[in-house]
Amino acid sequence: MAESTDKVLQVELVAADRLVWSGQATMVIARTTEGDVGILPNHAPLLSSIIEGVVDVQTVEGETWIAAVDAGFLSVADNRVSILSERAEMSHEIDLEKARQDLERAKGAGENDDAAQEAVRRAEARVRAAERAS
Amino acid sequence: MALSVREYRARIKSTESMKKITRAMELIAASRIIKAQQRAQAAAPYARELTRAVSAVATFSNVDHALTLEPENPKKAAILIVTSDRGLAGAYSSSVLKEAERLIEKLRGEGKDVDIYTSGRKAEAYFKFRQRPVAQSWTGFSDQPTYDVAAEIGATLIETFLAEEGDDVAAVDEVHVVYTRFRSMLNQEPTAVRLLPLEVVEGTEPPEEGDLLPLYEFEPSPSDVLDSLLPRYVQSRIFFALLQAAASELAARQKAMKAATDNADELIKKYKRIANQARQAGITQEISEIVGGVNALADAQAGSE
Repeated sequence: MAESTDKVLQVELVAADRLVWSGQATMVIARTTEGDVGILPNHAPLLSSIIEGVVDVQTVEGETWIAAVDAGFLSVADNRVSILSERAEMSHEIDLEKARQDLERAKGAGENDDAAQEAVRRAEARVRAAERAS
Repeated sequence: MALSVREYRARIKSTESMKKITRAMELIAASRIIKAQQRAQAAAPYARELTRAVSAVATFSNVDHALTLEPENPKKAAILIVTSDRGLAGAYSSSVLKEAERLIEKLRGEGKDVDIYTSGRKAEAYFKFRQRPVAQSWTGFSDQPTYDVAAEIGATLIETFLAEEGDDVAAVDEVHVVYTRFRSMLNQEPTAVRLLPLEVVEGTEPPEEGDLLPLYEFEPSPSDVLDSLLPRYVQSRIFFALLQAAASELAARQKAMKAATDNADELIKKYKRIANQARQAGITQEISEIVGGVNALADAQAGSE
């Protein structure tokens, strides 16, 4: 492998129906079932389940991209990072007001089963992503 | 030439308005098909990455999963038949149903009972008319399927596959999908594939004998990762089938409507000719009547002089 590609991560953030973001990055932070994990170049091969949360991508140009994702997977091999999630949104695609309302509604539903908690986590992630971007 | 000119005019008019409708449907199908193809392409990265992840697990760990286990003595199979909601698409739905019937025959020949699951109103109507039981059917999305629908269908099929004898849901040992593969605008072919138990073949090459496996870390554990990975893989395969079917449906509809428009053109031409002939015949008859009348008059006058 060439010297230059050793230092960066090739990142793909993929939702079920589209490619949300792809590009080169120096660091990726995601929330797995075990807790937050940060991926730097030359990370060991990893395959992990992620939960509803925020994914943080530091690009080579020094920019930070933030995305809200649903439960899915993070796979790392040969400096390639793919984040798979059935639904994923970049922070600038999220309407903060609407996301807040969704969160209120999800919390207000007051149900305590798995699906309701998942909805709350999803709404929280979207609000967090939108807030951090603005 | 039994009909009058007026009746032929009416026929030409109605054929013309029919032609306008089929032409509009052709154009609508043509514009939607591009979107359908784009959707199918947009879904490709997810399927590709998922396949890569699944084959990584399959290659680098020795975990067996319920979804990949071949049942020793398969007795029951489920078939998901993907057709369209609406007709006017030529032989699209009937060729999928024919392929499905072939598969059902084959499975019955192997001594397996077949449960039928359908997607699209056409398949639902087909089995209802023949009073054959359908385990479950989904309708209302055939020309633009969403991932949520695919996820729901996938969840149902996985549940039946994992169910044991005696559970509430009917347990099956195999799941097949019959859908139409979109090869090109001109060529779509009905295909039957086995969805479950899963066979993972594509992707990362297996390591050579004696090579050390790259140490994949699995979080939380290989079996947990596989547990959530495989159902998603199945759902993404179903989503792929639905997208292909949607593109095929639109292509078939475009082709059928093009043929219908051409036929209407032909018909209008034919009717116009007959109508003109009838008109000409009428004129000729009138002239000969006049000439005959004049002659008779002249004869009568010549006789009286």
